[in-house]
Amino acid sequence: MYKVSITSKELKQKSVIYRKKILQYISQAKAGHTGGSLSCIDILNVLYNVVLNVSPENFSSPNRDRYVQSKGHCVEALYVTLADKGFFNESDLNTMCQYQSKYIGHPTKKVNGVEQNTGALGHGLPICVGMAIAAKMDEKEYRVFTLLGDGELPEGSNWEAALSASKYKLDNLCAIIDKNNLQITGTTAEVCNTDPLNKKFESFGWAVKEISGNDIDALKDAFSSLPFEKGKPSVIIANTNKGKGVSFMENEIKWHHGVPSAAQYLLAQQELDYALTLIEND
Amino acid sequence: MTEQINTNHHKANLEIFSETLQRLAQNDRDIIAVTSDSRGSGKLVPFGNKFPNQIVEVGIAEQNLVGVAAGLAACGKKVFAVSPACFLTARALEQIKNDIAYSDNPVSAIGISAGVSYGALGSTHHSLHDYAALRAINNIIIVAPADNFETEKAIELAANSNIPVYLRFGKKPMPFLKSNNDDVFAFGKARTITEGEDIAIIATGETVYPALEAANKLKAEGINVSVISMHTIKPLDTNILDKIAKKCSAIITIEEHSVNGGLGEACASYLIQQQFAKPFKIMGIPDEYTVTGSQEEIFNHYGISEQGIAAQVKLLLRK
Repeated sequence: MYKVSITSKELKQKSVIYRKKILQYISQAKAGHTGGSLSCIDILNVLYNVVLNVSPENFSSPNRDRYVQSKGHCVEALYVTLADKGFFNESDLNTMCQYQSKYIGHPTKKVNGVEQNTGALGHGLPICVGMAIAAKMDEKEYRVFTLLGDGELPEGSNWEAALSASKYKLDNLCAIIDKNNLQITGTTAEVCNTDPLNKKFESFGWAVKEISGNDIDALKDAFSSLPFEKGKPSVIIANTNKGKGVSFMENEIKWHHGVPSAAQYLLAQQELDYALTLIEND
Repeated sequence: MTEQINTNHHKANLEIFSETLQRLAQNDRDIIAVTSDSRGSGKLVPFGNKFPNQIVEVGIAEQNLVGVAAGLAACGKKVFAVSPACFLTARALEQIKNDIAYSDNPVSAIGISAGVSYGALGSTHHSLHDYAALRAINNIIIVAPADNFETEKAIELAANSNIPVYLRFGKKPMPFLKSNNDDVFAFGKARTITEGEDIAIIATGETVYPALEAANKLKAEGINVSVISMHTIKPLDTNILDKIAKKCSAIITIEEHSVNGGLGEACASYLIQQQFAKPFKIMGIPDEYTVTGSQEEIFNHYGISEQGIAAQVKLLLRK
């Protein structure tokens, strides 16, 4: 944990502001993965503002922590977080998904602060296993984090990588599963049930914590106790709500990559503004 | 001139790969081999014994093999991801495309027992698609060394390449193509093995040797053949194509690959756009269920032999 100066209240405010910006840029671009970006933004918030030793200043240092977003389609959440961290001017996001913009619909290293190109699912964990092995080989202190969607877990490459992570005792590796239980076709339980995830990961040799992934304090607590077990990779099963923060988007499959209309956009922003005032008055 | 085939002390290119990698690893802790239960078939047992901290074993899991290799390369390692070419370039194609090529992680993907090296094990174990699949992917160099000299040089270059490289070779001992191994070797620069003006044979990998045998046989019959080892399929050496297109009256390409999408079509595509209009033939494995047998028997079946190539030359030159 590198940044302990930020309070939970400030983090909660940031989460709402990030949500407002996610909706702003998705609405402007008329494209994006709304529901998943809203479900995972609290995780990114705590990672970048509390946990990760990553900043624009140290981004070329070999000792920086690594974050690879396996669920690359929720890039809007990453963009607003990186902009807030000062990796680039937020106004750059006005070009998101436009002709020749580098701010495309999945993470690319052309964008300052992005560690790896992702987009095809099931790729983040194997890459992170390689990064974590490299840290062990070089006896470096950096840690490696990846965010996976629960919908991408049927990709076999995740489980191949899970085996290697425990074989190589990668306690410098932490996978976070944004478990919002929905994917484009339906519920993850209907499409291809991967539950019980905790037992699966335990049996693959991982140390598991299951938390509420939209709860800032729960996230802080979980990250502060890494590694959960010495000599084992850690996985946080973060139970989240797809569309979190905007009541009419929550748990609605159509917001997987739904873009709000002008009226819906205003309604959503009003609700988030109200959430901000509640936090301020708390 | 006729190039004397030097058959002394030759080894399988695979063995040269292993020996070269061990030599490089001796002085460079960043040289890493990643294997998918392929250390035996990749001749990497001695490497693993000497450098146990420089080998990563992922088990039979090729997608993970390439992803892990990409992560290691992203952290500054000089990574050789080693797996049978058939699995590496099919099962892990998406990882090669995204995690290595698109993501600019300069891994050396090593396709062992490539082409029809596995012979009678059948189509599951043949890689006759790899050039075609990888040619359509941006930012990867495709190399098939023909002999031990080319293999050693290619491995040395790959270790320090800042562009991802796919290297493939077989397991059969390959004679040196030239008696003197002092050519400058660079990716994208073909090696001229022997020069003649009647016809040029552009071959790659383990098909260069039978091409040279055919050239030597034809020389005795008064037909002068250029033999080019086009070890790099991408980027293609277009300078040498320009040169031989002017000089020679016909061109044959040969590859241990499907006739679709490989070296032959790469050469044809370039040449036709340069208004090349001379007899041209692509030799390789036709688009059919590949015949079964040893590598040599499969080569013979499809005419990739001294006799078969010589016959094709005569056919093309109408002699």
